[in-house]
Amino acid sequence: MINSKAVQLSAEVVSNKKVGAYHHMVFAVGDMAASCRPGNFVAISVGGASSSLILRRAFAIYRASLRSDGMGLLELVIAPQGSGSKWLVAQEPGDRVDLIAPLGTSFGIPKEPINALLVGGGYGSAPLFSLAETLKSRGCRVDMVLGASTAGKIYAPLEGKRSVNSLTITTDDGSAGIAGRVSDVLPKLIAEHDVDVIYSCGPMAMLEAITLISQRTDVLHQCSVEESMACGIGVCMTCVLPVEGEDGVIRMTRSCVEGPVMDGNKVLWNTSREIPDGVWGK
Amino acid sequence: MSINFSTSIGGAFFANPIFTASGCAGSGKELSHFFPLTSLGAVVTKSIMVKPRSGRATPRMAETPSGMLNSIGLQGPGIDLFLENDIPWLREQGARIIVSIAGESVEDYAVLARKLRNVVGISALEVNISCPNVENRGQVFACHPDTAAAAIAAVRRNIGGELPIIAKLSPDVTDITAIADSVIVAGADGLALINTLLGMVIDTTSMLPKLSQKTGGLSGPAIRPIAVRAIYQVRAAFPKIPIVGMGGVTNGRDAFELVLAGADAVSIGTATFGNPMAAMTIKNELEELCEARGFNSFSDAVSYAHRVEA
Repeated sequence: MINSKAVQLSAEVVSNKKVGAYHHMVFAVGDMAASCRPGNFVAISVGGASSSLILRRAFAIYRASLRSDGMGLLELVIAPQGSGSKWLVAQEPGDRVDLIAPLGTSFGIPKEPINALLVGGGYGSAPLFSLAETLKSRGCRVDMVLGASTAGKIYAPLEGKRSVNSLTITTDDGSAGIAGRVSDVLPKLIAEHDVDVIYSCGPMAMLEAITLISQRTDVLHQCSVEESMACGIGVCMTCVLPVEGEDGVIRMTRSCVEGPVMDGNKVLWNTSREIPDGVWGK
Repeated sequence: MSINFSTSIGGAFFANPIFTASGCAGSGKELSHFFPLTSLGAVVTKSIMVKPRSGRATPRMAETPSGMLNSIGLQGPGIDLFLENDIPWLREQGARIIVSIAGESVEDYAVLARKLRNVVGISALEVNISCPNVENRGQVFACHPDTAAAAIAAVRRNIGGELPIIAKLSPDVTDITAIADSVIVAGADGLALINTLLGMVIDTTSMLPKLSQKTGGLSGPAIRPIAVRAIYQVRAAFPKIPIVGMGGVTNGRDAFELVLAGADAVSIGTATFGNPMAAMTIKNELEELCEARGFNSFSDAVSYAHRVEA
């Protein structure tokens, strides 16, 4: 079911700064900021009133905060890849966008202090910094791994680094940190920090690789999946993936309302272009 | 605002002419988070089949200029769970309900009609004989007058009572009026025009079709002129048949265009994906526009583009 806190509103752009390959954008959203949780996402109309781009764009929330003066701020990290995100990063302070938030599920926060490992791929690191802050405030140990193809695509702002015990960086081309993929460094980090839960966000292939490692090492894995969406509110049925439910039945499940945060062990990975056998209604 | 904004389709009364389009609003639960479903003329539910259905593999969607392709493939829980869960919930909301059904065979349509014949609280039945997302394009009933008529006749024989049947047709045919004629003869009380058109997008990086099933149904503003044309042609051929119009309606002006062409009601589909409040905005704008053009009653605006000026 749709996030019960979701609201649609016209939000003013407060700031827009280029950071490496990405844009950090801040929007004024009022009280809604208080109902956003790490892992939730926002769906934004792009292109303006006469645009030929008719579908909303979904972005993970980087941070949401209700300031002491009552101003609610929503922060996003945007990779200008397609025409919609390029339009969005071209908006200037004072411009307004139509957005719906908070949407989707959020990362589960443990009641007891645990050892958490946060893993982000590319701009998939965006929701992990506010998650790190929340986990830290609950007394958890928080280690982080960020990976990308190249140094410019690592998003790791200074204030984000402060909330983690250690930060490991990997790049495919070796231009920053360790040359390789995040999955190359995970087994060692899991053992070293006695990790209880992995939280991840990034490309689906990365989430699949982490799931395999989490299964071998008997670590829980909450991941934020990335499927292309048309609506973000649960009506279009395009963002589905096969997920095993609590009743043991595997269904094509909407990542916008029953995700994006899911139990990695319940997802049937690498299943695009074919419905796997055993899925309900195949 | 004081115009008479009500409409009727085959004897079923609706307080206003704005409906959801099948497959673009689920069973209304998500939209009810944004507005009360009672403010719609009717909720047209996602086409339901006899058995649970996983739908097609992803990718299922590709955005196109002023439109999108989808190949959802009628994912749904099947008629039994639908009747157990969705219909009671919709009744509790006080919504006017039009149930959309889809089958793979004539017998499927008969089975669905029998399951629905005694269900309380349904205003009409939409018979989707034109979904392009079936395994074999040859199965699209609405592409041939005989198969279209067979599906509608199976529903007519089995539904009994007074429940109006609305046949949903495809614009992907040479002569849509010939299909309309055959389903009217077979017992359809109204027509839903239009379903999506079959399209394809090829990803120029992978150099393969973008959708897993290669083809998908095109919807959105890109197809609106086709909807206007189809509605106008069918209205010209059948002056009395009730028509539920749909196809790329994004604002009140678009809805009014379909009404002028001959639509007695207008369904909002893809626009809801871009804006969950689309149906409400369109309803208000359409009512204002009807009044601004001097109509005292919505029904007077229906088919007004067909008039012959003296």
